[in-house]
Amino acid sequence: MGMEYIIEMLNITKSFPGIIANDAITLQLRKGEIHALLGENGAGKSTLMSVLFGLYQPENGVITKAGKEVSINNPNDANNLGIGMVHQHFKLIQNFTVLQNIILGVETTKNGFLKMDEARTKVMALSDQYGLKVDPDTLIEDITVGMQQRVEILKMLYRDNEILIFDEPTAVLTPQEIEELMKIMKELAGEGKSILFITHKLNEIKSTADRCTVLRKGKYIGTVDVQTTSKETMSEMMVGRKIQFTIDKNPSIPNASHFEVRSLTVSSKRSAKKAVNNVSFTVKKGEILCIAGIDGNGQSELVYALTGLGPIESGQIFLNGKEITKMSVRDRNVLGMSHIPEDRHKDGLILDYTLAENLILKKYFTPEFQDHGFIKFNATHTYADRLITEFDIRSSQGSKTMARSMSGGNQQKAILAREINNDPEILIAVQPTRGLDVGAIEYIHKQLVEQRNSGKAVLLVSLELDEVMNVSDRILVLFEGEIVADLMPAETTVQELGLYMAGSKRKEVVL
Amino acid sequence: MKTFRKILLGEEFNRATASIIAILIGLLVGFLVLLISNSAEALAGFKIILSGGFSTGAKGMGQVLYFATPLILTGLSVGFAFKTGLFNIGTPGQFIIGAFAAVYIGVTCTFLPAPLHWIAALLAATIAGGLWALIPGILKAYLNVHEVISSIMMNYIGMYLANYLTKSTIYDIRKAQSLNVADSAVLPKGGLDYIFYNDLGGVKDLSTVNSGIWIAIVVAILIYFIINKTTFGYELKACGFNQNASNYAGINAKRSIVLSMVIAGMLAGLGGGLLYLSGASGRHLKVVDMLAVEGFNGIPVALLGLSNPIGIIFSAFIIAYITQGGNYLQTLNFAPEVIDIIIACIIYFSAFALYFRKLLPFLIKKGRGDRQ
Repeated sequence: MGMEYIIEMLNITKSFPGIIANDAITLQLRKGEIHALLGENGAGKSTLMSVLFGLYQPENGVITKAGKEVSINNPNDANNLGIGMVHQHFKLIQNFTVLQNIILGVETTKNGFLKMDEARTKVMALSDQYGLKVDPDTLIEDITVGMQQRVEILKMLYRDNEILIFDEPTAVLTPQEIEELMKIMKELAGEGKSILFITHKLNEIKSTADRCTVLRKGKYIGTVDVQTTSKETMSEMMVGRKIQFTIDKNPSIPNASHFEVRSLTVSSKRSAKKAVNNVSFTVKKGEILCIAGIDGNGQSELVYALTGLGPIESGQIFLNGKEITKMSVRDRNVLGMSHIPEDRHKDGLILDYTLAENLILKKYFTPEFQDHGFIKFNATHTYADRLITEFDIRSSQGSKTMARSMSGGNQQKAILAREINNDPEILIAVQPTRGLDVGAIEYIHKQLVEQRNSGKAVLLVSLELDEVMNVSDRILVLFEGEIVADLMPAETTVQELGLYMAGSKRKEVVL
Repeated sequence: MKTFRKILLGEEFNRATASIIAILIGLLVGFLVLLISNSAEALAGFKIILSGGFSTGAKGMGQVLYFATPLILTGLSVGFAFKTGLFNIGTPGQFIIGAFAAVYIGVTCTFLPAPLHWIAALLAATIAGGLWALIPGILKAYLNVHEVISSIMMNYIGMYLANYLTKSTIYDIRKAQSLNVADSAVLPKGGLDYIFYNDLGGVKDLSTVNSGIWIAIVVAILIYFIINKTTFGYELKACGFNQNASNYAGINAKRSIVLSMVIAGMLAGLGGGLLYLSGASGRHLKVVDMLAVEGFNGIPVALLGLSNPIGIIFSAFIIAYITQGGNYLQTLNFAPEVIDIIIACIIYFSAFALYFRKLLPFLIKKGRGDRQ
């Protein structure tokens, strides 16, 4: 019976202080299948995979390979058993070439000297066989994220791994790259590799996976056949309640112009081309304006310029009729600019501060939280507790939890809570749902719409087409630093939007 | 049993225990060096190290406190910088420049009355140390020059400059050291002369210790409050942890880096002042081509105290105590170099405290797992 499975994880239990991350979880992987592992952030997916990869030792439960019990004490054991993993954050050496990264740790040598030719032949053969196009002599720092991922996949194949774990592989990819990856995964499965695919994106599961195991809050919920199970059922299994995929919202009633950008130009660090070129737009009160576009078309530079974090070359920015072009970040914040940043670890949080300390990050200097330069800790914790309840931020030790130990979704909720509680005049949200599960996405979208309903101006920068179409009242498409389209979501289609984003269509924008 | 384990796994206990274990291991290594260099007298030597300042009675303990004073300050300097994400290896330079400034004021500005004179000298030491760290701070914040490189450079410039200035302004050629500071510039005893002396037939043989130790402790407590309780400390720590997020929050990260460095330098400079304003029996500036040991020893003091200002007070005491004990080894047949090696072994092995801090909960848990 057990023989049909290549890997079985039976009754795996693993706990951390204050939390049972995996509570008697069973996962059975068939040979040659793509098996999705679905769950919200903090459901225990990553812990379970870390157990399989030898990074954690479970307190209970057994792992078998092809029916035989095995013990996996470290990633080397996993590798010897043919288990490979593409981590969410790639493990590549930036200033090594693609080839050097692939062979790292399993170099072929002769008398202590590297023999790169053999390795190169094998890598190129694999690259051809699976359509994983890479340039072996380029440095990692010079290639796209999508290509870096292909390097990670090649690393696994080079080590002759048969069981491939993909930890949220699509979180960092563009729609085109996602499609490419799905194709590659199917090909790999077709060649007899067994794939474990960690995700919380139901569309991807529906289009790629054969079976799906669902976890919720560290518990095993069930394993289903993807073909015969609807998206709604799977999401209900994952979240424990029904999820709305579209957002209820009334038509926007835009008010007076509120946030205005005039002829903004930002020079690029890398090339002579402008990162943002002569961009003008206004966001009205009670409106969600969305900046759509493929990653790397000037969104980051635009946001940095608007928020005062980056330099601008020329142009003006107005909030409520007041020019803020030259204001400091602090002054902009105080004047009513809130910013949910693109990268919550780099910009949004101080990971070694507690949740409470992070929640007052933009308010610690106000009389509410300081007295003669001393932080009012009681007020801080009361405030944090209020936000924790209000925004349902979950963590193991409440307001005293280190931000680092929180799950991605809850970190994002914390940022959202902080920014919304600043009572913004303009809320700039950059990819606010990146890497989050459906439950959290739904929640954040609702909050954005609520802000807009209460008359705030919201500027949403997003790469997700669904989000762009669902949430926004008006869409501007950014391509190579310029606005190439000004659209209403009701009057456009995803396909059309895609064409604008790819730069193959362009509309004269009258502002 | 359960509560016992809870205490064992507790953060505070873990911190203190790790440091204590580290010191014990340092001592063990020191003992091994004793054995290797002179096995016949190793045990006797080890006893002398362990009895530390007590070997010479109350005066000896006073000396321990006297040498702990600058260590508290340089330890705070390094620890404060650590907390704000900087590695201040420039303490020897800041320390010696502070010391020179204090002694210079102490020798020359004799027109000042007693409390004002030593206060002015300490202020000068603090400012000089701060200025010495300002340069690496600015280089780090605005030109992204790593503070370790520039601080090391400043160490040598500071040492040679202090030597040159001492020789050309306040030098006592007969004794080959700086002149005695005026009595009005010597730190008051602060009541310590009633405790730390040896009775030599009715004559008090006083220890050099003075109110400098009180000042050091007060400054440590002050730094504790600044780091943990104020918005200023909140900003500096935020920049240390994550400069991007600090900019995002509207904190001026560049300014914070410069301020952190300057405060660290001020602490080290003050340490120099406190050690050298101690009268005829105390320390004098010597023109030698050697970086100040008190400066570098701030690093193990900070590590051993896990950068916590209160922990640093204790770790400075311990290191001064062991150093003092080591100095008494000369009564036995140990080469002076070996004594230095032994002291260095104990101090630097102790600095592995951080490592043990990580290892400890792991070992306790593992032990529990084996019993089940």
